[in-house]
Amino acid sequence: MNSTSPAVEMKDIVIEFPGVLANDHVNLTLQEGEIHALLGENGAGKSTLMNALAGLYKPASGTIRVRGELVSFNSPRDAILKGIGMVHQHFMLVPTQTVTENILLGLNEPRFVMSLNKFDQKILDLEEKYGLFVDPTTKIWQLSVGEQQRVEILKTLYRGANILIMDEPTAVLSPREIDELMETMRSMTDQGKSIIFITHKLGEVVDIADRVTVLRKGVVTAEGESMKGVTKKDLAQRMVGREVIFTVERESHELGDVVMEMTDVSALNNRGLPALKDVSLSVRSGEILGIAGVGGNGQSELAEVITGLRKCSGKIFIQGEEISNQPPIKAINRGVSHIPEDRTAVGTAPSLSLTDNTIMKGYKKHPIGDGWRINFQVAQKHTSKLKDKYNIIAPSVNTPAGKLSGGNLQKLILAREINCEPRFLVAMQPTRGLDVGAIEDIRALLLEQRSHGAAILLISEELEEVLSLSDRIAVISEGKIMGIVDSEDVDIDKIGMMMAGMQEIRE
Amino acid sequence: MISDLFSMTVLVGILASGIRLATPYLYASIGETFSQRSGVLNLGVEGQMLLGAFAAFYVALTTENLWFGVLAAIVVGGLMGLAMAFVTINLHAEQGISGIGFYLFGLGLSDLLFQKMLGTVETVKGFPKVHIPVLSDIPVVGEIFFRQNVLVYIALALVPLAWFVLNKTTLGLKIRAVGENPEAADSLGVSVARIRYFTVVLGGIMSGVAGASLSIALLNVFQQNLTSGLGFIAVALVYFGAWRPWGVLAGALLFSLINSLQLWVQVLGIPIPSDIAVMMPYILTILVLVLTVSRVRPPSALTKSFERGD
Ligand SMILES: Nc1ncnc2c1ncn2[C@@H]1O[C@H](COP(=O)(O)OP(=O)(O)O)[C@@H](O)[C@H]1O
Ligand SMILES: [Mg+2]
Repeated sequence: MNSTSPAVEMKDIVIEFPGVLANDHVNLTLQEGEIHALLGENGAGKSTLMNALAGLYKPASGTIRVRGELVSFNSPRDAILKGIGMVHQHFMLVPTQTVTENILLGLNEPRFVMSLNKFDQKILDLEEKYGLFVDPTTKIWQLSVGEQQRVEILKTLYRGANILIMDEPTAVLSPREIDELMETMRSMTDQGKSIIFITHKLGEVVDIADRVTVLRKGVVTAEGESMKGVTKKDLAQRMVGREVIFTVERESHELGDVVMEMTDVSALNNRGLPALKDVSLSVRSGEILGIAGVGGNGQSELAEVITGLRKCSGKIFIQGEEISNQPPIKAINRGVSHIPEDRTAVGTAPSLSLTDNTIMKGYKKHPIGDGWRINFQVAQKHTSKLKDKYNIIAPSVNTPAGKLSGGNLQKLILAREINCEPRFLVAMQPTRGLDVGAIEDIRALLLEQRSHGAAILLISEELEEVLSLSDRIAVISEGKIMGIVDSEDVDIDKIGMMMAGMQEIRE
Repeated sequence: MISDLFSMTVLVGILASGIRLATPYLYASIGETFSQRSGVLNLGVEGQMLLGAFAAFYVALTTENLWFGVLAAIVVGGLMGLAMAFVTINLHAEQGISGIGFYLFGLGLSDLLFQKMLGTVETVKGFPKVHIPVLSDIPVVGEIFFRQNVLVYIALALVPLAWFVLNKTTLGLKIRAVGENPEAADSLGVSVARIRYFTVVLGGIMSGVAGASLSIALLNVFQQNLTSGLGFIAVALVYFGAWRPWGVLAGALLFSLINSLQLWVQVLGIPIPSDIAVMMPYILTILVLVLTVSRVRPPSALTKSFERGD
């Protein structure tokens, strides 16, 4: 150990999963007291690399040095002992326990009997020091996502971590909470901590990082470059491997009749708490209505009530017919298509073939079925036609759907849902986790449906996606529609405020 | 004749034997509470009880020392727990199915050993009733609570102890965390496997003692399938008690009081068909389970095996 060695030095790290080389000879150096951004698209291998630093995975080869000392972690405990703390992308919290209990879990202190009051105070002191406020006696499930993240950060700080890894911490936060998090990060580096900050958002890197490492498909494309020397455009290119210009051609056209109308719809979430509060929306033929908002503010429930998957109060009409609280088949018969949030759990049956998955909705319709029998030859022909038309890359129509990459799986779902010429399309996070090429294809397909006169409800946590595709934008926060604005005259700051639940504007 | 039921002596008798009958449930259910709180469903309780009951009976019979019998039940139950832990934690076997396997194993082996080593039904002189000085002289209460055998007292003492360990100690915190979110526990350096080994072996030991409480304190005999479903009831009582020791106590008492009432009904010759009387406690269990289970969520990771990097 000596004082000039960097906080962390990872060299030639190789990590392989069955069929994927997640990290291919990756280098990363974290200097003392800096905020180091780790930038890359979804699936680039960022979490994998950091899980190795946190002791969750063991690299197949490569070395890790912490302040000059060669280390080899067999478990998270080893990493914690070296002062490394990680805030995971999916929070590692026990929902039924209190904040204090979550923070104390696994520590040697208290030894056996826990008198929590004493520790509540210790935690409050720590909160004071870093400006991370949350009531230590509350149960985790009662906290907002932003507060839960604070608990995660407190957990690492309480263990005396001085090297902090934050895996996409901003993905779940509203713009205001993001600002607060950045404040906290600065206050932590001021107090001598070093931070690795994972993101796939360029703007954030520019805002906060001292240096940046870029990963693409498991390979480093920029190694610890100072933010002074790089441009945003340059970073974008390193991240996706080519120039990215997202100008979607969205022609303006005449809108048709109202296709979907919902009035005063309220619904409960799975925990029985209110998730939608008096939501009234309407979408017209040829229109895309975008729903912007931070994840978990009622978006899933909104998609579910329209498609008949969740009970609600209030009324929902498709082309004049009421479909609220009816079985899903009713909505399907009225021309509702659904691109669900979860591609593998809801959107497809991963172990069934492409063919089985494509006919899942239309298996009764002639010529594929006659009501009780299925003509598999016709079904296969139908599927291979779709496969060509939508450019789905797969070995054959008999391949299990689960073997497809995310982008191709999503195209398969779209092919199924679009091919029946829907009158109303609910698209939930249609491009999440896809690579740039697939994102462009999917967006183009949505716009094509729009010009064919479909009414589309686009629910997305990517503000940029909502802004570029929608004709009108409704902002949702805590289950309430905070306001609806025309995409012609959006004010990003205003939308940001509404996403944080700050302001109610109705036009 | 029905009025016989409501005489003071009979009521006291029903209550006192109800508490006595609750002991095997208490041991087994409290052990099972620990395993389930850590995320392991052990359906092999019945098999562990049978082997524990046999071991206790045989050792007590041959050494004429009841405590050696209890010790034997602890060792045998612990070994069964160890095997269950290895199969479900290291080999990631499906918990429900392996539990049934261990039940059948215990059922078969205990019968085989009984045939080979004893051959006929014998009796031992089991744990005698211990009158607690002063307290046992209190009218009614003394008779119900303070003239029981020592295993009853221990079982009752285990309830607050289990509550304390689960809720007020770091060990309990780890157990609950591992049962709710093993990934979180693992990321903080808690060994999920070690915690689950601890609870499953503890569960086995407690089931073994539950068996002993039957064969050398309550019935004082051993025969084929001595437990006849008691172990499964004990698992159901954990659900009934919503994974909390006090809830388990309430369930065990309710169930065994109905059972004791049923026995007295037969003893007094009250004209209810005996088949129906015998069915009463079981029907009650099902009813109560249906009515109560939706109240509380089970531990989120119950029946899920854990492997890092999933
Ligand atoms: N436990 C795992 N098993 C198999 N493949 C995995 C596992 N974790 C990640 N991968 C794969 O490794 C690659 C990198 O994933 P990840 O590190 O999560 O990316 P990022 O965090 O940059 O989005 C992806 O292709 C992903 O599918
Ligand atoms: Mg990731």
